[in-house]
Amino acid sequence: MATTVGGTPPPPGVTTGLATPELLEEHWSETPGLGSFLTTVDHKRIGKRYLYTGLLFLVIGGVESLVMRIQLSHSNLHVLDPETYNQLFSMHGVTMMFLFATPVLSGFGNYLVPLMIGARDMAFPRLNAFGYWVFLGAGIFFYTSFLVHRLPDAGWFNYTPLSDSVYSSGPNVDFYALGLIFIGISTTAGSINFIVTILKMRAPGMSLNRMPIFVWGELAMALTVVFALPALTLANILLELERRAGFHFFSAAGGGQPLLWQHLFWIFGHPEVYLVVLPALGIASAIIPTMCRRPMIGYTYIVLAEMAIALIGFGVWVHHMFATGLPTIGLGFISLTSFLVVIPSGVQIFAWLATLWAGKPVLKTPMLFILGFIVLFVIGGLSGPMLAAIPLDQQVTDSYFVVAHFHYVLVGGAMFPIFAGIYYWVPKMTGRLLHEGWGKVSFWLMFVGFNALFFPMHILGLRGQPRRTYTYQAGLGWDFLNLLETIGAFVLALGILVTFVNWVWSTKRGRPAGPNPWEADTLEWATTSPPAEYNFENIPAIRSREPLWDQPELGPHGQPVEAGGRGLGGGHNTLVTSLLEAEPEVVAPMPHESPWPFLLTAALLGVFYGLVIRSWVFWTVAAVLGVISVAGWFWPRGETQET
Amino acid sequence: MEREREGKFPGVPTGRFPSGRGPIAAGARTLPAVAAALIVGACGGETSIVSPKGPAARSVTGLWWPMLATATAVFAFVAGMLLLAAARGRRKSDDDAKVTPRWGEPFIVVAGVGISGAILVGFFLFSLSRVQALTDAGRRPDVTIGVIGHDWWWEVRYPNGATSANEIHIPAGRKVRLNLDTDDVIHSFWVPSLGPKIDMIPGQHNSLWLEAARPGVYRGQCAEFCGLQHANMLIRVVADTPAGFDAWIAREAEPADAGAAGGRDLFEHQTCAGCHTVRGTQAQGKVGPDLTHFARRDTLGAGVKPRTDENLAHWIADPQSVKPGVTMPPITLPADQLDSLVAYLEGLR
Repeated sequence: MATTVGGTPPPPGVTTGLATPELLEEHWSETPGLGSFLTTVDHKRIGKRYLYTGLLFLVIGGVESLVMRIQLSHSNLHVLDPETYNQLFSMHGVTMMFLFATPVLSGFGNYLVPLMIGARDMAFPRLNAFGYWVFLGAGIFFYTSFLVHRLPDAGWFNYTPLSDSVYSSGPNVDFYALGLIFIGISTTAGSINFIVTILKMRAPGMSLNRMPIFVWGELAMALTVVFALPALTLANILLELERRAGFHFFSAAGGGQPLLWQHLFWIFGHPEVYLVVLPALGIASAIIPTMCRRPMIGYTYIVLAEMAIALIGFGVWVHHMFATGLPTIGLGFISLTSFLVVIPSGVQIFAWLATLWAGKPVLKTPMLFILGFIVLFVIGGLSGPMLAAIPLDQQVTDSYFVVAHFHYVLVGGAMFPIFAGIYYWVPKMTGRLLHEGWGKVSFWLMFVGFNALFFPMHILGLRGQPRRTYTYQAGLGWDFLNLLETIGAFVLALGILVTFVNWVWSTKRGRPAGPNPWEADTLEWATTSPPAEYNFENIPAIRSREPLWDQPELGPHGQPVEAGGRGLGGGHNTLVTSLLEAEPEVVAPMPHESPWPFLLTAALLGVFYGLVIRSWVFWTVAAVLGVISVAGWFWPRGETQET
Repeated sequence: MEREREGKFPGVPTGRFPSGRGPIAAGARTLPAVAAALIVGACGGETSIVSPKGPAARSVTGLWWPMLATATAVFAFVAGMLLLAAARGRRKSDDDAKVTPRWGEPFIVVAGVGISGAILVGFFLFSLSRVQALTDAGRRPDVTIGVIGHDWWWEVRYPNGATSANEIHIPAGRKVRLNLDTDDVIHSFWVPSLGPKIDMIPGQHNSLWLEAARPGVYRGQCAEFCGLQHANMLIRVVADTPAGFDAWIAREAEPADAGAAGGRDLFEHQTCAGCHTVRGTQAQGKVGPDLTHFARRDTLGAGVKPRTDENLAHWIADPQSVKPGVTMPPITLPADQLDSLVAYLEGLR
């Protein structure tokens, strides 16, 4: 087995010879137990951490919403005072978008992308670890505000001038702005890692047109992040300059422009919705072929549709501002793009329908969640054009109709696929299947609860109930539906709880999953459950879009050398391939576990705490520690440069 | 002009679909309950956008019902196909499932791009035609009224110089133009049964056409999150007959009656006058609502409570318990003084 491919000389440190499990074990195993807790760079451990941490934030954001629903279950209740309500709805949005949906989908991506493309890890394992730690650090930073009763309270959209120092003098908004800048580091690092991993680490033969749609979804998400997030980071930097250094970007009194914030926020904010939904659509496209026992119909159309959504998503932001008095002609263009962005979503739905119709749908729990997702996503998709229609939007924007719409899109369109993904892939992670019966109970509770919670919001919006209000007057005919929503919220929460209990129960008692319990087609199922640290003994050579269905030699121990598998000498290496055709280019040594990503994050957390308490000594010291961490991270050690 | 347009696109009667081809007829078996709930639920109430009480709201409703009907039909098709596919699957063999039908990809293109695209572009053009009904090109207002948003109440300025708050009188059947500004953060003016909302943004002048077909009271509230009491920044639009409106604003522009000297004295020399104006007295504060004709309003605290002696006394003594966060401080007075202050305010007609 040669260690050079395509004539490239072997990089230093690459051992030669055949890969054996013993050799791989020796090179890839991390310090056992707690020793590697802070230092791990294994994408599977990091992926699971994203999942667990993200789901913890789902619980926190969910409890926030339950408390709000109690307050809103009847007119004129005083369960919450207005300040607490405002803090809860602001943090509910921030938590669900930035601390639950995005990280959990990154978690699936982190765990699955290298497995699905036949790589041994992400392209930059230490950056990957850093991304997780920063996400955790930002989550802790956001919720530190809870300990001092200063949770952000100007909404997740944080409009100026309400969020400037005149109307929000406390640190609440600083926690928001700095927290978003902080977590943006994590999302950006993660996205760059996804892009490079997906484009350069695919197993030989996995040309772009053989790549699983789920991986396309993660790629679309990552590209969207890289182009959308700078607008948010910029907006928050400008806001902090305005709040603490006397700048006037947004304040009309100082010659600024309040709408500038809205433009910057929504140039990020609308793509943010898509970057949550795109990988979720990818989950659906991974599960549907498996559960229909056939390849997807319209693969190319789905891929094009995902990319079209990501692209058009950058041209629709002003539909969040139809009621701001912008010139009608400008609104017209954005109205058109907002109508058109529905088309690629429709293409995906019709491709799934065609596949379902042609195949033999097996209604296991993951599939049930996907069918539920399609129903909910279609409802959310159908109220989308209503909000793209300028006059109708000007009526229902900022009413509960919008709340209904985006919860159908985001909870229906992302959380249901996430739960499908839990039932589908957790057996790969733990080696044990979740309980089918309880999975179905969980699904029906969630589906019924969800609709009882969110469908009436359409009607309340039409009946004039504005969003973001801590209470409402009696006699407007809003009480009954609000009570129904509150009941639905608790049913939905119960359904989620059933899955969590099911998950915990299954880790010890669940039926053993085996390597490929669903008889699926993609490469992650060509590993043991759970996979070895090195994923594949031999990097497989791919000849099909559905490799496990078309290449019988692929099994839980990868692909034998005789069938084209590459052992890479059993060292701590992975294979780098070309962008389009995935032809082997070079064997790259992979970095080992490292404490520096954690230490750098700790220093950054210190910097952000220093900024929020406005102590320059504090943040300067932390920044110096950060510089030391970067130096430590990149200090030459006689190995190949490790990132 | 406006009337002509109304004739061309007659408003859909409230509570009903345009024809027998409504969603119930089109709906799959899951739908009737949902659609019925929507119809029954959406049409009651005085703040409903689907019981329009003026031309602007009616124009939007004329867009809403066809979009809802189309959306319902699309949903019925997709949900029906989904259920059928799931049911058919049980009878298939694994080999059947592997066969790729020839209609597969054409179906995706025709349904997903062709038909969807045509429907979407159609509704785009239809919706653009309705935008015209809401903009002010070529229209002259019969009355122009200024509304200024404050945390958390509305200042109202009439063309004859009268200043009032929170309850906006307009003449029914007349084209009223509201000029909308804000004194602090962003607010949004929304009276659903009369038409679309528009934001009030610092440094920017927005306007809105407001027309009520018939006399009546139309409720709404601030629709852009504006802080602690966003929920209690309520609007009442009172449409009078044109003659009634003229009489109303004429009286509104006059200074206050002298009233009982005891209560007036308290008002002028207690904290009240620092923030409130009562024209014709020494009270000339500019922070809170003009109270010159306070007793002609139905509510207090921007709609948070009906205007009764009891509510007013409570409001003066402890506004924070009624509307937490409101700028008004508590006014601590002996009971007899509170009574005479309430009596004075209740006399401001």
